[in-house]
Amino acid sequence: MTAISSGATTYIAQSVSLFDGFDGFVLPLVLKIAFVLQLFFVVPLVGGYLEHKAMGRMQHRRGPVEAGPFGVLQLVADGIKFIQKEDVIPRAADRWVFAAAPGVAMVPALLVFLVIPLGPGVFALDLELGLFYALAITSVSVLGVLMGGWASANKFSLIGGLRAGAQLIAYELPLILAAITVAVQAGTLSLVGIVEAQAGFMIPGTGINVWFVFPQIVGFGIFFISAMAELSRPPFDMPIGDSELVFGYMTEYTGIKYAMYMLTEYAGMITMSALMVVLYLGGWQLLPGVPMPGCEGAGGLFDCSPIGIALSVLVTLGKIMALVFVMVWARVAYPRLREDQLQRMSWLVLVPLSLLNLAVITVFKVVF
Amino acid sequence: MTGHDVVFVLVGLLTAAAAILTVTSKNLVHAALFLATTLAGIAGVFLVLAADFLALVQLVVYVGAVAVLFLFGLMLTRAPIGREALDNQNRGLAIGVSGGLFVVLSALIVDAVVGGSLGDTTVAEVTGPGIEDIGMAIFAEWVLPFEVLSMLLLAALIGAIVLARREPGDSGEEAMATRIDFGDAPPTEGTDSLSSGSLPELTSGERREGGP
Repeated sequence: MTAISSGATTYIAQSVSLFDGFDGFVLPLVLKIAFVLQLFFVVPLVGGYLEHKAMGRMQHRRGPVEAGPFGVLQLVADGIKFIQKEDVIPRAADRWVFAAAPGVAMVPALLVFLVIPLGPGVFALDLELGLFYALAITSVSVLGVLMGGWASANKFSLIGGLRAGAQLIAYELPLILAAITVAVQAGTLSLVGIVEAQAGFMIPGTGINVWFVFPQIVGFGIFFISAMAELSRPPFDMPIGDSELVFGYMTEYTGIKYAMYMLTEYAGMITMSALMVVLYLGGWQLLPGVPMPGCEGAGGLFDCSPIGIALSVLVTLGKIMALVFVMVWARVAYPRLREDQLQRMSWLVLVPLSLLNLAVITVFKVVF
Repeated sequence: MTGHDVVFVLVGLLTAAAAILTVTSKNLVHAALFLATTLAGIAGVFLVLAADFLALVQLVVYVGAVAVLFLFGLMLTRAPIGREALDNQNRGLAIGVSGGLFVVLSALIVDAVVGGSLGDTTVAEVTGPGIEDIGMAIFAEWVLPFEVLSMLLLAALIGAIVLARREPGDSGEEAMATRIDFGDAPPTEGTDSLSSGSLPELTSGERREGGP
């Protein structure tokens, strides 16, 4: 039986993580867990601070200024405040489901960070099925939202939960179809493999290197819109629409549980942006065709020196934050859609468009 | 017992416990949530057995879609929100059917492993096939069954839509539709019943004289 156990748990990893360079079994594991946790708890806070500041400027305010220099510690202060608050559970609520719901929503958002690559070797795992893993895990989050909406024993919460369920199912389809199209073009499901495929993708007949966003600009738009809808971000925030439903499925939540829902949303913004960077925007490549200084591997993106690795991580984080900024921009610029407009947009516009996109890209892939 | 076996047993126990709770729970929504746990547990079993593609498919199809649709349907129709219970009275019948199935299936498995055809199989190392192998197998060797299955699913899908759709002539109550007209032209006088019919009666001179 020992032979089985050693063979069974080694999943096929495409390239080796930086953390596997250390000796032993425990040290790489601890480092990977620390890496994923800091991704989950720190980067979303940076995104949240960016949102506060950008929204403030767009609305002729200054955003947070008091906590820390330029208000950078505002979200940390918010977190401390949430922990101190009283944990209120409505008397009619289903206590266990009510308490478990934020966790069910949050854990998948944490697990996605396992496969997100920030640079050459800077990832916890490079699964052969990385892209599919990320999409499959995020689809579980909706259970937590439905549970919270039902267990609150509140009509507004229930309607919010129902809307969230309908919305997440409707937009998962175009999201997955757009992602599949990238996988078809790259010929792999591994996220690192997709970055490598983009570094080697030339316009047919020429030697000019372009990212997948150029042949798949339609797919990128579909993915971006669906990602915003999956996260229930304005203008797709019907599940929590505060002018109609108080605060949707989060109405009865206070304190740390509410903070968990919020952290899920912000972590989701980071993972979706990171997926878009990997799928369409060349990963840690600065510009198409430009090799990273200090890197020698394929496309100038792999086998890097420490400086090259640091630069790559900075480039990825910069791209993620740029996409987060665009999401905030869309939030400020557009009013909330109506529920029927939302469903119509997904089923009648995005799904047929993404199927067409898939067909066209597949034909091009076969022809060239 | 290696660490791998321990994890396998733990995941199996969790799945079995959730499955039992699914059928014994009196609250419909709780039962659906335990069902979701069971399905996720089966995904865990697949993962431990190195079938990672199958595990992810299980997760995205059964947990992410089927269980969510169950919950969605329950909440939309008849589940009482909060702590109330809703149960039907078919407990004895259900125990009979599931107990019988359990006996038959476990007898088959025990027969196959211990006394029967699988008795002298050697234990082989488990390594999950790569996604490329699965893809080649489905779309090269097994493409005809695959296409037939997808036609069947498509037929079922269209059938469900046809069944759920209500034609104009069907029985049942038509939903009241509120019609909001955003046209530019306001209703002209004399053409609609409102201006020529009821309103002038109310404001006619005779009624006003009759009043105080």
